[in-house]
Amino acid sequence: MKYLHLIWASLFRRKTRTILTLVSIIAAFLLFGLLDAVRVSFAEAGQSANGAERLQTGARLSFIQPLPQGLGAQIAAVNGVKDVAYANWFGGAYQDPHNQIFTFAVSPNYLDVYPEVEVAPEQRQAFDKSLNGILAGEVIVKKYGWKVGDKIPLQSQIFPNKDGSKNWNFELLGVMHSKDEKAFQSQMIVMHWKNFDESTPYNRGMVGWYISRVTDLNQADRVAKSIDALSANSDHETKTQTEQAATKNWIKQMADIGLIVTSIMGAVFFTLVLLTGNTMMQAVRERTSELAVLKTIGFSSHSVLAMVLAESVLLLLLGGVIGLGLVSLLAPILTSSSGGMITHASVGPKSWALGVGLAVAIGLIIGGLPAWRAMRLNIVDALAGR
Amino acid sequence: MKFLIGLLTFVVVIAGVALFLSLPWPGLLVLLVVLALWMWLTRHGRQAASITAVGVSTMAQRLGSSAVIVIGIAGVVGVLVAMFAMAEGYSETLRRTGSEDTAIVMRGASAAEVSSVLDHDSALVIAQAPGIAKDDHGKPIASPELVVAANLPMKGGNPEEDFGSVQLRGIGDEAWQLRTNAKIIAGRKFEPGKYELVAGKGAQRQFAGLEPGKEIKLGNQKWTVTGIFASNDAMDSELWADAGVVGPAYRRGSSVTTVFARLTGPAAFDQFKAALSSDPRLQVDATTTLDYFSKQSEGTSKAITIIGIVVGVIMAIGAVFGALNTMFAAIAARAREIATLRAIGFRGLPVVMAVMLETMMLALIGGALGGALAWLIFNGYTASTLAAGTTGQLTFEFRVTPSLLWVGLKWALAIGFIGGLFPALRAARLPVTTALREL
Repeated sequence: MKYLHLIWASLFRRKTRTILTLVSIIAAFLLFGLLDAVRVSFAEAGQSANGAERLQTGARLSFIQPLPQGLGAQIAAVNGVKDVAYANWFGGAYQDPHNQIFTFAVSPNYLDVYPEVEVAPEQRQAFDKSLNGILAGEVIVKKYGWKVGDKIPLQSQIFPNKDGSKNWNFELLGVMHSKDEKAFQSQMIVMHWKNFDESTPYNRGMVGWYISRVTDLNQADRVAKSIDALSANSDHETKTQTEQAATKNWIKQMADIGLIVTSIMGAVFFTLVLLTGNTMMQAVRERTSELAVLKTIGFSSHSVLAMVLAESVLLLLLGGVIGLGLVSLLAPILTSSSGGMITHASVGPKSWALGVGLAVAIGLIIGGLPAWRAMRLNIVDALAGR
Repeated sequence: MKFLIGLLTFVVVIAGVALFLSLPWPGLLVLLVVLALWMWLTRHGRQAASITAVGVSTMAQRLGSSAVIVIGIAGVVGVLVAMFAMAEGYSETLRRTGSEDTAIVMRGASAAEVSSVLDHDSALVIAQAPGIAKDDHGKPIASPELVVAANLPMKGGNPEEDFGSVQLRGIGDEAWQLRTNAKIIAGRKFEPGKYELVAGKGAQRQFAGLEPGKEIKLGNQKWTVTGIFASNDAMDSELWADAGVVGPAYRRGSSVTTVFARLTGPAAFDQFKAALSSDPRLQVDATTTLDYFSKQSEGTSKAITIIGIVVGVIMAIGAVFGALNTMFAAIAARAREIATLRAIGFRGLPVVMAVMLETMMLALIGGALGGALAWLIFNGYTASTLAAGTTGQLTFEFRVTPSLLWVGLKWALAIGFIGGLFPALRAARLPVTTALREL
């Protein structure tokens, strides 16, 4: 620590060069932070504690195949199931068919299964009592400037109502808030399944999927198997998964986010190593005579080695911390501009640890060769300029 | 004041680069010719050429730092071209699926095939619409198809847990007539009326067990895979079976989701569409398949392109500063030489041009290297994603096209330009006397 001043001085010996290099490093770590935030955001989707206790049951044939409503009572009777809710895909769009809003037609207890969704008690009551009411997520409400009490027309892409028209009219009775931004319901609309089933001639008592909560997390696998056993060899076989597994599977089908992020970062850091490595080589070469003087006045070879290494690590750490700090500032913008794809982008402690670890590792790699040379420096030759 | 001038230069440079990036290739050619003529014909030009020659000949001594520019820019261009190639491959695959002389008919306001339903009678009515081409027996080439989603275990995953979604298309004989590009490449076609299916080669790559002669389980029903087909478009990611079997198996009866029709020509579409929309028995939307599939790819390819540009810009900022660093160092090392030239009568402009040319040359090498790497690694690379508007995985190949490589080279030159300009200006402004005295 007592040499920090010396290291700092040698780092900023050539201000332009160090600052230019620093900007490159900041750019690299900025990219690292952004991509890692995206990766973590996808990796953590559905990983909440609430998600672990929820099981999703859908038709084994395909996810668009409906299940009979009677299955719900059977699932509820399975040992280890706390409660069962169900939902149907409605497929709403507002004003223009391209303004799609995820809309589910749900059972009365649907919101109880998702304790991370918060609805004001009086709004919840009003919704429960109504037939034609809907609850909308806070993101949607904000986006379209709706107010509680508004009449909201929604187009379904699939289901006509009683009149044969695909334009449905609803009354907005409440807003769904999301605790810790972890509930996807903040970006969607729920309506009553009863209303849906009675209005559309096509549904006839069918249910899209069931969501059940288990009483004991460790029993989740057994419960999932017993639920699937209920309908084995029937014409509506089911597939039950924990919400975590289902989300993970879905993301995996979207894209191998991890692979994309890793390969981009590989290219970025490879370039960074070369770039800053070159700077460090230059910096040490320039200072050959100074280093010789240091040795002459009594610095040991090892402390010279340590000082050069510390210098490159310091350079990388400076860039890395500033870069990741910038990401922390930018993350809220990223979240709001991604339109719901990325739910809670932020630089978590894990990303910080990984970033700082990378900075130190790269610093050691690029400092290695110049430091080795500085250590092996022959005082007489160096002072003579040979 | 100095800061203001610097800022102004910077703004002008950024505006110039933006202009340059949107320049088509003839524009650049003109620029190149003008530059060559200048170097050939004018005194300043010849001076610039000779200084550049000196710079290039001494580059070998600065191999390490020159490599920084080359590799830094190669990294940017490589990543950028790879991302663009992904977007291009995705939209190209879907675009190829459609053509101007085939039409797709779905129930009104359906965004995608899976959300449409047409009853058997409507499908028959649609097939009789004017404008549809007839086959040798005088039958209209219109194919009512039923698209459903199926779950299959993914290749290389846990067969109990890792299920992926694939589109199962129930078709009739007309479908093969309509899609002349779809060919069986292994095994045979399915037989009507049986639980048999053929798999696209993209689906085969993605899902486990899709080999001719093998059985797969969809729901509680066993299907035999009789063959593999290739069509080199989005259909490659699907499974095809007899519509008469798929319907009952998925409890859809005799209804279909879509009717595809081959028209007598692109011009016949308006007549076809008008006939359908005026028919009181129908409530359907008709689009050319080209329109339909292009629209499906729009959002996704735009998103990939934007991500590519954001990543590219951040990387480019890093590369610009790397190049600046290298060139400042190069100028500093050659300060005496440049001052000597200035002292014996060389003017500022040739010095600026020489430094710029040297940087741009390195940038060009870097751009070519990055483009070549992207082409070698990613051209034809197969990826898949859950496609927008379908319920299945869409397999597509990255496409590194010449126009993408050209975009990559332009980025490289732009980075080289910014990275060279400021060191060049410094070189030209170097006070001769101080520089000569410097070590």
